[in-house]
Amino acid sequence: MPTDRPKHLVHILARQFASNLATPTLIVDAEGQLIFFNEAAEEILGRSFAEHGEMSIDEFSASVAPRLENDDPLPQSRRPTKIALEERRASHEDMTITAFDGEERKVGVTAFPLFAQQDEFVGIVVIWWRE
Amino acid sequence: MRVVIWGCRGSVATPGPETVRCGGNTSCVEVSLEDGSVFVLDAGTGIRELGAQLAERGTRRVHLLLTHLHLDHLEGLRFFAPLFDPDVEIDLWGPRSPVLALKERIRRSFSPPLFPIDLQDTPAKVTFYDVPSTPWRIGDAQLTASLVVHPGPTVGFRIDADGASVAYLPDHEPALAGRFEERTRDWISGGSIAEDVDLLLHDAQYFEEEYDERLGWGHSSVASAVAYAEAVGAKRLVLFHHDPTHSDETMQRLEAEARSLADDGEDPPTIAREGMVLDLTPR
Repeated sequence: MPTDRPKHLVHILARQFASNLATPTLIVDAEGQLIFFNEAAEEILGRSFAEHGEMSIDEFSASVAPRLENDDPLPQSRRPTKIALEERRASHEDMTITAFDGEERKVGVTAFPLFAQQDEFVGIVVIWWRE
Repeated sequence: MRVVIWGCRGSVATPGPETVRCGGNTSCVEVSLEDGSVFVLDAGTGIRELGAQLAERGTRRVHLLLTHLHLDHLEGLRFFAPLFDPDVEIDLWGPRSPVLALKERIRRSFSPPLFPIDLQDTPAKVTFYDVPSTPWRIGDAQLTASLVVHPGPTVGFRIDADGASVAYLPDHEPALAGRFEERTRDWISGGSIAEDVDLLLHDAQYFEEEYDERLGWGHSSVASAVAYAEAVGAKRLVLFHHDPTHSDETMQRLEAEARSLADDGEDPPTIAREGMVLDLTPR
């Protein structure tokens, strides 16, 4: 019988697209599961996707502790991934994260929703802009 | 489950002495089940002869599954005899589109000035359905459709019934989405429908050197088709969607190439031929 949770074609094509970009890019499915990030994102995170594996975007966000310039935690309501997933609109925010290698890095984060045939929401793409 | 190939040519019908063995009709495959259900995969020119047979058999209900609406998969519909029989019911399934309903998209080529009769004036009772994104049942069969790599909204189909399974991906270029050989099946285009299937009908339009010049056209090389079948664990591969420039002699070379590339197994890859009958026995 077919695989229980196959990836949508949009995810498969987005992964191939992201794999060919020098821009750090993450792909999150409609259920909020981080399903891929590219090599450019690995440089920022200090960990490869093969090591990291899939996890919920909430868990992922908590593990990199996004913060504002004054070092306060970035409120949930301002997190681009949350806005793109829940409100299904594009969002951007500048923040500081703590990567898995312990380094602090400043990044701009843009997240936008993906809609497939007949406006089927299939997830979001997250792009990180290095400062 | 019985699978009959009524057309396996790609792109355009190619009748003539050089295509007698493989046939020149474009994509159409019949899948018949023990309970009498008839599924028709695509409406290329091969559907004309199938339609005549279904009329002879007195078939009153047909489930027509369209992978996409490129003309080589649709052009035979206008000559499908059951459409012109008021006692026949046709359930027509096809890929969703963000722009126009399935019926309206089909009507573009099934209405004046391209055809004298309008689709909505045909006597059969036709119901149009967008394929669901999750598996669904028709009688004893479970059907699964999945969007696959090909220009425009295109799906592949899988039918599980009578203890056997068939997957149909006539137009498919999975290599365009990366090296699927290195990926888990959930990351392979069409992987959910071709996984461990008993019979896989898959696009193998080109030799490698031809594919290099047609990258992105939506079709596979023979090597890619063989690698795909192995990546998804298909038990038997039938090479489909023959290039219109390939003669029967050329198709023999393509089959030999596929066999040289495939793992040794009980069922080596074979080229599809018009009139080919594949009886799938329960596993």
